[in-house]
Amino acid sequence: MNVAVSFGRGLANQIGIIRQSGLGTVGALIVLFYAVVAILAPAIAPHDPWLTLKDADGAIATMRPPSAEFPLGTTFLARDVLSQMIWAARTTMFIGLISGLISIVIGANVGLFSGYYGGRIDEALMRFTDIVYGMPFLPFIIVLIALFGRSQSFVILAIVLIIWRTSARVVRAQTLALKQRQFVLAAKARGCSDLRIIYRHIMPNILPLLLLYTAFNIAWSIIAEAGAAFLGFGDPNHLSWGGMLYELWISGQIRTAWWWFAWPSIAIITLVSALVFISRAYEEIANPRLRQR
Amino acid sequence: MLLELDNLSVSYATRAGPIHAVEDVKLTIGEDEVVGLAGESGCGKTTLIKSLLRLLPKGARVTADRLAFKGQDLLAMKDADFRRRIMWNEISLVPQSAQASLNPVYRVGDQVIEAIQEHTETTTANARARVEELFDLVGLEPRLITAYPHEFSGGMRQRAMIAMALALDPALVVMDEPTTGLDVLVQERIIRKIRELRERSRNSILLITHDISVIAEMSDRIAIMYGGQIMEVAPAIALFEEPVHPYTLGLKNAFPSIKQIGKPLISIPGSPPNLLGGVTGCPFAARCPFAVEECRRERPALREIAPGHVAACHRSGEAVHMRNQASEKETWQFSKSVA
Repeated sequence: MNVAVSFGRGLANQIGIIRQSGLGTVGALIVLFYAVVAILAPAIAPHDPWLTLKDADGAIATMRPPSAEFPLGTTFLARDVLSQMIWAARTTMFIGLISGLISIVIGANVGLFSGYYGGRIDEALMRFTDIVYGMPFLPFIIVLIALFGRSQSFVILAIVLIIWRTSARVVRAQTLALKQRQFVLAAKARGCSDLRIIYRHIMPNILPLLLLYTAFNIAWSIIAEAGAAFLGFGDPNHLSWGGMLYELWISGQIRTAWWWFAWPSIAIITLVSALVFISRAYEEIANPRLRQR
Repeated sequence: MLLELDNLSVSYATRAGPIHAVEDVKLTIGEDEVVGLAGESGCGKTTLIKSLLRLLPKGARVTADRLAFKGQDLLAMKDADFRRRIMWNEISLVPQSAQASLNPVYRVGDQVIEAIQEHTETTTANARARVEELFDLVGLEPRLITAYPHEFSGGMRQRAMIAMALALDPALVVMDEPTTGLDVLVQERIIRKIRELRERSRNSILLITHDISVIAEMSDRIAIMYGGQIMEVAPAIALFEEPVHPYTLGLKNAFPSIKQIGKPLISIPGSPPNLLGGVTGCPFAARCPFAVEECRRERPALREIAPGHVAACHRSGEAVHMRNQASEKETWQFSKSVA
């Protein structure tokens, strides 16, 4: 079958699933909005987010509340909050998406192999997962940043190394149940290799679960990135919403500049909620009991 | 001989000791022959065929004096070789509860195509043409190739599994309970279909079931299994007309006959033996109304009663007497202490 056609059909199915749920549609629209903003950032940002701006009179436009000239206000260093918000959407979405995807790939594979092979492989992988469960995120990222410096890749690495654990356990549990099913034995009987059984016969059966956890992982990555950036462990060269809050904090203006504080917070909350709404739509597929009768 | 098994045993190591799930099975299947293997649940039928197809879980130990297919020693064959040359090309399986044996997320036709392409270098178009042929063979409409398993009824899924098993025209098709879980009408249709297929191709069939009437209808030869061991093997007619082993006699009693409407069935008292640690003597001795001291002490070997008819019973010489006694309800109402 034509790959493009089947991909198109798959995408249409996914959209269909999300649209069945009202909240899922809202979530998808919000994510889509931020995604468009992130992609078009260079074109739509009115100012350079790092530039110190002056107003019409030539005065440095520091700490201006929202106005016609600066719709979302300006920062202590006279930078445009709207432009910063737009560029920060890029960093936040990028880190969230990459960390979410890598972590689901790791988690799914650990879970699939652990559950399918069992025995020593299972024991080794699951004890390793337990160790990761014992690692708190913030101390972990602090150590990592202290060792390697504040860079975007280490933020992603730190997030990925922590969040794959949940998906690994859930996928393992599902795999344990699925590998007992008769069709797995039938596939074995007709000579399918272990890898083929894992990827062709078991994985598609847990796809709704994987999509659910992809959405979860992306949401969690965004929160983690915001938290790390707020504490000053973000990449200073890539502005993120959490990083904006960090700059607000160190400028000491948090009690006065409500605009500088409100927009990044609202953006984080709406994006994460939107992702949770989407995952709820998938959860209804993964767990039909939640469906409305 | 297509398949020869000599003293094949399967044991599982457990914490409480070894379990001998299959012990010293001796069985042959010829070309173009249907062999039925019958016995109650847990007697080792499925374990036996899983050992043939190398589907046993880790921890199972298979030993045999001889395990040969078309003269090739299967015991010495490497897994990779077995998978490439024997599995599905030569021996295929219609698994137990075939109803659940289709992956719910793939189209039925694609799953048959997978079976074909897993073992041969066939283009998808050719494989698809073969699937159409196979669907036609088992009486499924060609439009069902693109349907999903949930769109199939139980009988249709069973046919699809049979089509899959026949995909590469193997010399031996193992059918594990092919009619269990289907209503009698569908059962009848499946049996008729399998017979039709037999007339067209010359695949041998190893038919496993606990339903003696299905086996009677289809098999050339029948093997009766109990407690992991073969009790009796005979040509189908001989087994029903002149059974020798008391267990066979008991099994026959337990199935309704159209000639004896209204007569209560006679069942065999007790339950199958616990195979943990192995059984000394005849495994059926504890439930056998004809058991004598020797039966509990020493395991009877398979002895030839007539050409092609063997039974493992110390008292096989008294077959006529036992046959007469076995049809009486009182014979089976012995208490264990008396026996």
